[in-house]
Amino acid sequence: MTDQTSSGSFDWTAPEFAARLNKRKRSQIALKLAGLAAITIAFGMLFLLVASLISTGRHAFTQTFVQIEVFLDPAHIDSNDPARGNYRQVLTDTMVKLFPDVADDRAELRRLTTILSNGAQFSIRDSVVADPALIGQTVAVRVPVSDPYDQLNKGLIDRETPEANRRLKDDEIANFDLLKELGMVSKPLNRWLITNADSRFPELAGLKGAIIGSFYALMTCFLLAFPIGIGAAIYLEEFAPKSRVSDLIEININNLAAVPSVVFGLLALAVFLGWFGMPRSAPFVGGMTLALMTLPTIIIATRAALKAVPPSIREAALGVGASKHQVVFGHVLPLAMPGILTGTIIGLAQALGETAPLLLIGMNAFITSAPATPFDSSTALPTQIFIWADSPERGFVSRTSAAILVLLTFLIFMNAIAIFLRNKFERKW
Amino acid sequence: MYDTPASGKTAVTHEVKIAARKVNVFYGDTHAIKDVDVEIEDKTVTAFIGPSGCGKSTFLRCLNRMNDTIDICRVEGLIALDGEDIYAPSIDPVQLRAKVGMVFQKPNPFPKSIYENVAYGPKIHGMARTRAELDEIVERALRRGAIWDEVKDRLQEPGTGLSGGQQQRLCIARAVATEPEVLLMDEPCSALDPIATAQVEELIDELREQYSVVIVTHSMQQAARVSQKTAFFHLGNLVEFGETGQIFTNPHDPRTESYITGRIG
Ligand SMILES: Nc1ncnc2c1ncn2[C@@H]1O[C@H](COP(=O)(O)OP(=O)(O)O)[C@@H](O)[C@H]1O
Ligand SMILES: [Mg+2]
Repeated sequence: MTDQTSSGSFDWTAPEFAARLNKRKRSQIALKLAGLAAITIAFGMLFLLVASLISTGRHAFTQTFVQIEVFLDPAHIDSNDPARGNYRQVLTDTMVKLFPDVADDRAELRRLTTILSNGAQFSIRDSVVADPALIGQTVAVRVPVSDPYDQLNKGLIDRETPEANRRLKDDEIANFDLLKELGMVSKPLNRWLITNADSRFPELAGLKGAIIGSFYALMTCFLLAFPIGIGAAIYLEEFAPKSRVSDLIEININNLAAVPSVVFGLLALAVFLGWFGMPRSAPFVGGMTLALMTLPTIIIATRAALKAVPPSIREAALGVGASKHQVVFGHVLPLAMPGILTGTIIGLAQALGETAPLLLIGMNAFITSAPATPFDSSTALPTQIFIWADSPERGFVSRTSAAILVLLTFLIFMNAIAIFLRNKFERKW
Repeated sequence: MYDTPASGKTAVTHEVKIAARKVNVFYGDTHAIKDVDVEIEDKTVTAFIGPSGCGKSTFLRCLNRMNDTIDICRVEGLIALDGEDIYAPSIDPVQLRAKVGMVFQKPNPFPKSIYENVAYGPKIHGMARTRAELDEIVERALRRGAIWDEVKDRLQEPGTGLSGGQQQRLCIARAVATEPEVLLMDEPCSALDPIATAQVEELIDELREQYSVVIVTHSMQQAARVSQKTAFFHLGNLVEFGETGQIFTNPHDPRTESYITGRIG
């Protein structure tokens, strides 16, 4: 066969071989192109998603403010009880000073004050309560403008639209433009998106409650699922006798990992809230629910990591007279830990984005303060997105996208840690 | 070539360290060891030879109950260490393994420092009360493993960073650190180059002064070089057991003869 000229039985130069070779080459190229196309489509989708999120969400990363001089009139604020002062009037007076010609028209005046966020009076109240000595002074404060004016300032309200179809009328726009001309309007980075809790007013709504709620829920989830998951995996992998029962448990754990999350939510609703009477909307209960879901992921990851520890290490330890538990806890578990942590982080990242079970236990409540403890009512990031996406105010559209971006950032960060751990501790045996 | 006379009768005999009687081993339904009787002497190197899959490793692993860790493995018969049945319920396999050390085919240091590798056994058995005592044990073990001079300046470096031959001597040092009486070695040189092999063989010869050494090897030259007694296994049977010189020059069984002349295996 090697000597085709003499044997002649196999002619490698015949035309049909050349044709076959060409065909093979062509199918190889076709396969390559198909793969390339698939990758391009996948990345295109991803790019489209992120691009659309950024193009709508970016508006929420800035917030329009006006700088005003507020006279804290002792006539409206009682220094003995500053919390009960009439701050709305204080703000109205401020606006009157800016637009003296509308002073007598109450309706006009009311429309004028809607430039300022409804929350402005409360933030001024809070600073006066904190320092009652301010009463009687004139202070410079920067207050957020209300949502329509914020939209206007960001160019999201088209001035060309017929007045009747526009949210802001010509005179309102003129008023705002005046403020702008006076240099009172600014548009700083919206750090309040992170430091404020939820609010009815989009210009004041932030993710603080959701982030802290998600944090508490994830901590609870981790503290429950990590030790229980590792314990279960070690028992199943290292100690459990191979029997029909352990096979059954194994199959069930794999099935559990595939159970839709909404089912865990229903279970939590029935058991945690129904039987045990745990509080609704609490991140702690949310974390317990997420732990149910994360547990099988951690068990499977831990078992895989334990299995990946080469038998030679176990033999080495057994050979010098280590007991089974010394082998497992002294050698196998430490070597498996990077794999376990990677699996756990990926499981937690999944839990962070999980919405359905949290909706079922009421973590989509409207709560305007961040939870102080894991047992207080709260939202979580995905449920906050759900709430905002459902809100009619225009300002919540960009905030929804921004919240999704915040959630994605957390997810990317967690996955990056997982990848880092895997690369750093990856071993070649 | 052979360091013992061809006739077994004139050889020096030591007291019996391990005695096996009618040992049968099963992996599930596979009958891996069949009715093996053997006596392993103290201060002697005993070699197990035979074609691959004949049960050398299996039998070796019975001697320190390493087979206990395999679920489907069942051992029958009597194996006595110093006259005491090692499969008796009163025997703790974990303690037995400290007394019957083991070195494996592939060097398998723990992914820890050289020091920790050797100190691990003595630590878990509580053999040292102070750090100084532990240091002393580690040094003694590394000296016996003939690797002290090479690693004494880098005890804190990982054991996995050593060369293959050094790793294997580290593993031997680790095995002798628990002061075993018997040392089992399963093809300890098969992953080593010829120079490292020569070093380990030299070490085995030195170890004979203190321990009873059992070595599984697929190299007949190695068996001839390092051992005083040789056991030839074939298909789970112990075909022939005797003085190494006699096995290699004057085998009684035709199967042994075909194996050592290269006709089977
Ligand atoms: N863990 C095991 N499970 C099942 N069968 C095994 C196992 N280990 C060895 N055997 C079988 O036992 C026989 C002897 O194997 P082994 O002792 O490893 O042979 P050797 O070391 O002489 O090459 C072989 O037939 C092998 O297939
Ligand atoms: Mg073997």
